[in-house]
Amino acid sequence: MGFFLETLIGGLMAGMLYSLVALGFVLIFKASGVFNFAQGAMVLFAALAMARFAEWIPAWLGLQGSYLGTAAAFVIAGAVMFVVAWLVERLVLRHLVNQEGATLLMATLGIAYVLEGVGASVFGDDIYRINVGMPKEPVFLFEGIFPGGLLINKEDFIAALIAAVLVGLLTLFFQKTTTGRALRAVADDHQAAQSIGIPLNRIWVIVWCVAGLVALVAGVIWGSKLGVQFSLSTVALRALPVVILGGLTSIPGAIIGGLIIGVGEKLSEVYLGPMIGGGIEIWFAYQLALVFLLFRPQGLFGEKIIDRV
Amino acid sequence: MNLRKLALTASLGAVVLSSLATASAVAAEAKEQFFPALVYRTGAYAPNGTPWANGYIDYLKLVNAKGGINGVKVVFEECETGYATDRGVECYERLKGKHGGATVFQPLSTGITFALTEKAPKDKIPLITAGYGRSESSNGAVFTWNFPLLGTYWVGADVAIQYIAKQLGGVDKLKGKKIALVYHDSPYGKEPIAVLEELAKKDGFEVQLLPVAHPGVEQKATWLQIRQSRPDYVLLWGWGVMNSTALREAQATGYPRDKMLGVWWSGADPDVKDVGEGAKGYSALTLQDGADSNSKIVKDILAAVHAKGEGTGPKDEVGSILYMRGLISAMLGVEGVRKAQERYGKGKVMTGEQVRWGLENLNLDQATLDAMGFAGVMRPVQTSCLDHMGSSWVRIRTWNGKKWETTSDWFQADDKTLRPMVMLASGKYAEDKKLKPRTPEECNK
Repeated sequence: MGFFLETLIGGLMAGMLYSLVALGFVLIFKASGVFNFAQGAMVLFAALAMARFAEWIPAWLGLQGSYLGTAAAFVIAGAVMFVVAWLVERLVLRHLVNQEGATLLMATLGIAYVLEGVGASVFGDDIYRINVGMPKEPVFLFEGIFPGGLLINKEDFIAALIAAVLVGLLTLFFQKTTTGRALRAVADDHQAAQSIGIPLNRIWVIVWCVAGLVALVAGVIWGSKLGVQFSLSTVALRALPVVILGGLTSIPGAIIGGLIIGVGEKLSEVYLGPMIGGGIEIWFAYQLALVFLLFRPQGLFGEKIIDRV
Repeated sequence: MNLRKLALTASLGAVVLSSLATASAVAAEAKEQFFPALVYRTGAYAPNGTPWANGYIDYLKLVNAKGGINGVKVVFEECETGYATDRGVECYERLKGKHGGATVFQPLSTGITFALTEKAPKDKIPLITAGYGRSESSNGAVFTWNFPLLGTYWVGADVAIQYIAKQLGGVDKLKGKKIALVYHDSPYGKEPIAVLEELAKKDGFEVQLLPVAHPGVEQKATWLQIRQSRPDYVLLWGWGVMNSTALREAQATGYPRDKMLGVWWSGADPDVKDVGEGAKGYSALTLQDGADSNSKIVKDILAAVHAKGEGTGPKDEVGSILYMRGLISAMLGVEGVRKAQERYGKGKVMTGEQVRWGLENLNLDQATLDAMGFAGVMRPVQTSCLDHMGSSWVRIRTWNGKKWETTSDWFQADDKTLRPMVMLASGKYAEDKKLKPRTPEECNK
């Protein structure tokens, strides 16, 4: 029982981290109808910026060993992501208003390659460290009840809390602010939104900025766990089944989807894996999402699209 | 001279000059030995692939700086594989006929090696796979173009069990123990399984197999299984980010790092430097000595290549583990050419077939290695037509939280266990492919 609970909790916490990456997909799709294939590259780019500025700024300002340097690096990395968002709107999206979804999707693929290449050229392609003081050692709870205790990974727990807070803030932003409503209006219909005076270009900059900020938080958390290196861009692949399952337009969907995928893949690897050779968690997540799609093509919380002809 | 005569003279002059230029170009080309470089500087495995590539290229530059191989200049061209088998094969096809033909291929990927093993015999180009590739390809009677020099994964697996037995106090203490193998779910990661299962039967221990999907960034479920089954030792057969992630997960689940032992591709600087103190006590096999940043060859590279601003990568990387492995790999190829020249003509460009003869007759004894600056970097290697491996010596190094330290004496793989396995597996390969193994008499021709 203790082992089952450990796997379940581990899956939930991993799921929260997948949700964080999935949020980036959802935010941009929700506000602009673009499936952003560059989200993984944005996570990598943001993490690279954070890691390198956390190294450079203390060296420039003589702040070695101080969390002030890390905080400054976070702010500057955030500013870098703002510049990225502005450039994406200026150089790519502005020229593709009212184009087919597939065109925009291909454009984001191009953005992904550019971000990966520019990131490696500007920040380097070695493995870099992000140290935000996350605890690495485990804690064992309820040692009296379960032999060996119940393992909780403190780092994952804190990361899951941060992800939960960010999700709460974003939900409030979308539901309760004027800009949030404008974002949703743009997602529904570009032309209609423009006709009632919503500035499309500014909205796109805002939404890419928010997605960049989410990518930065995800990059810091994943970078702290894995080290900052190219593989970070592949964590987006872990988030794809989450958005398929949760629905591309729902923030709560990204959370619930993340939790289901996280738990599903861990339980499958542990209990099903040994029977069929192991190493199954990646494809199992996609299978799980596909099964859900059979019954709800729009995902668990996605909006049902009805085309009247 | 009228205009017509002037044009005619100019044309004739141009023809003479261009034929002279062509002749000199042909002569220059005839004096160039082409070393294609299959590398990966991008993608998930770039942090490990880049230092290997830099070491490989730097050594070739050093050879040229010293006048080439008996006067024959080395030319090289990189092709990016991204550690993907399809791209590796594409690179092979693109480069095999360039610059007069490839001397040797070194793909730095077991998956690519599996694919090229079928192609190399048709193209008559040797494959050097120092420390990787197909383990049974050490049998040169069947795998006539493969050279898994210095050691195979079967050597690694055997030595890993020898080391664990020594730690436990003897081979008899292995009985009843549990050893988990956390491996990259690829041809590379699966290579040691056959030997581990064979030794488990012989010595009475249990093997738990735990595959990790590429690239290995998510291993929570794997390490929860380890926490549940509590193996006595964990063998790590990873590459790239999988290694550091495994060490972090071991820390996060409280598995003791001093009970973890990695293969030589899981024991380099990128695997541990970011984990730091969290990896303290973790040990890994070395492929030969591995690295010595104070060795003469390192000083030579710094003086003849980096000091002239021609270094391929950063200067502080020279002498690191993966850099040195790339450098050693290049050296083995160059020495194959040098040996071939002894038979087929000094100062001549060698064909793939001639280089194969050179690689089958390598005899790098300690005096030769010392003279080349490799003292403290590697042990002697002697190959033959039937033995394409040439050496099976391994040591163990341990991460002390800040740097690697050599912590064991030399181990040699047990030929009594491995030889029958090599013969069986290579025999089956020959049967499947309808190959007639070479006899010792044919080797001497």
